[in-house]
Formats: sequence, structure tokens, C-alpha cells
Amino acid sequence: MAKRSVPSINASSMADISFLLLVFFLVTTSMAVNKGLIRKLPPPLDKDQPIDTQIKIKERDVFVVLINSQNQLMVEGKQISVKDLRSKTKEFITNEYNDPNLPIVSTVNVPLIGQINITKDHVISLQNDRGTDYQSYLEVQNELVAAYNELRDELAKQKFGKYFNELDEASQLAVLKVYPQKISEAEPKNYGGD
Amino acid sequence: MAKIRKKGEKVVPEISTASLPDIIFMLLFFFMATTSMKEVSYMVKFTVPEATELQKLEKKTLVRHIYVGKPIANLVKLHGTESRIQIDDEFADVNQVEELITLERESMNEVDKPKLIVSIKADKETKMGVITDIKQELRKAYALKISYAATQRQ
Repeated sequence: MAKRSVPSINASSMADISFLLLVFFLVTTSMAVNKGLIRKLPPPLDKDQPIDTQIKIKERDVFVVLINSQNQLMVEGKQISVKDLRSKTKEFITNEYNDPNLPIVSTVNVPLIGQINITKDHVISLQNDRGTDYQSYLEVQNELVAAYNELRDELAKQKFGKYFNELDEASQLAVLKVYPQKISEAEPKNYGGD
Repeated sequence: MAKIRKKGEKVVPEISTASLPDIIFMLLFFFMATTSMKEVSYMVKFTVPEATELQKLEKKTLVRHIYVGKPIANLVKLHGTESRIQIDDEFADVNQVEELITLERESMNEVDKPKLIVSIKADKETKMGVITDIKQELRKAYALKISYAATQRQ
């Protein structure tokens, strides 16, 4: 008896087709990456807390950053552009040359790092208007954070030969002790303007 | 002779690839099922600002979102063109934020509660007044860890 073979449909291209589909879905579904500038808010003020018992901070220790409703930036009484903010901030935080107008430098002993000059009491005060654009505000925040990050990286490179986020936890803590982030945001006020 | 040779030719086995498409389809379905689509339908339109010093929000379960922007085109008639706040699937008033975030936190795991991160996804043209109000509300709700959503600047 002669067997008649039923011609089978060639299914080898089926795999290719489904691969194509797979790739298409992989490309189009955006893996919504949640990225952002992480900040900490101060806890709410106590209602009973009298306002005038604020801690006294010396003027030279404060770095005042103001943004007005026209998105203009004023730092320490002078109008500057956002591009210059980072270097200005770094200059303020380190005070390398012991400038009497910049924060007080004191020598401290930090574990793993040793003797180092830091400005213990410096504070960056950021104030914005209600009319400031979010983008400008975030840019300023970004520059301030970037200044800290660069300083930390520089120190980490100098002392450990690695970038800050490559360090182990103990060394990271040591670096953080030298450069803790001190960005304070003023209680909101309405300065007027548009 | 000829008969023997014919027999020999027939023996060559062919690997069946019939199951390959099924395997790939399984992969496809796996990916389609696991990749989450966006969680909410946006009622505000926003383009987040650009920045460079960004950190990834690692655990999705710890993050709650607040969207700020102008209402989308077909809601303009109802809600105007002022910047609005969206939490979950609804518009929220500024003074509701504290309550809503507290509720969100209540629904979280006991262990995760202190680790709550609120991600503010706001349009870059939003005025800071709205953002400041939200921040004040978050302080009241003791949701102190926040993240300003942004895209990486090249």
C-alpha cells in the first residue's frame, strides 16, 4: 500500500513571528522608571512652640539662596545665574582659604579619614516665592545637591580612591560626617509679586 | 542495492520545531502579564522637569504618587485650567492631601509604614505655591520623605 504523505505546514517561521511580537512588546512597554530628587522635609512645627526661641546662627554661617517669581536667583545678596550656583555653593561649604565671610572652619577628627577641616555649622537656606516655576526651583535644588555630591566624591577619591557610592558603608558614613547635607527651606511666605 | 540506499536516506531524523512557537508565546505572555501598565489614568497632564542628581526609587510598594498639573483637554470644561492635584484616580483639594496620604499609609504594611516615600510628579510649569502647599500638608501627615520626580538630563 502506497502511503500518501500529508504535506505538513512549515511552522518554523512561527517562532520568528512570535519572537517579533515579543520584542515589540518589550520595546513598547515602558518600564516606568521612578527617578527623582529625594529630599527630606522637616517635621511640622509645634503650635505651642514660640517662634522667637530660634537657635542663633551667625550670619557668616548662612548661605542664603532666594528665587523670586521671575525665576531669578539671588545668592548672598547678589544676582547670579544657576550655572554659577554649584561652584559658589562648594566654595561656601568648604571655605578652603578660611575667608572671614564664609563659615567658620574647625578641625575635627573623623574616623577612617583623620584630621580634616570642615565647616561644622554651615546652613544653606533656600527660599522661594509662590510664583516661582517648579522647573527653576528644582534646578536650584539640583545644583545644591550636586555641590554636595561632588564634594563627597572628591573626598572619597582623595581618601579611598573610589567614588562615594562605591565605598563600603563605614567609609560612606565617614564621608557623610564631613559633608552632611544641610539645606534648610524657610517656612513659606508670600512675598507678593505675580 | 538501490533499495538499501533508499532505506538509509529515510533514517535522517528531523528535529521538530513545532513546540518552539509555544515556548516563545509562553515567554510573551509572561512578559505581558508581569510588566505593569501605568497604575492610574492621568487626569492632569504633566512633563516632569529635568535634573541630574537623581536617585532611583527602589521599592515600588513604598512609593505613593501625587500628580500635579493642568487638567487634561476633555476635563478643562469641568475643572478649568488651573493646576490641580491628583491622588490615585481623583482630583484632590490641597487640604485633603494630609488625609489621603495618611489613609494611604494606613493601608501599608506595618513594617513599611515609616519608609513611605511620596513622589511628587509635577509639571515643570507649575507654580511653587501649589507645591509648597503640598509640602506643608505632607509635613503635617508626617510623610517626610519625598521625591521630586524628574527625568535625567543628558
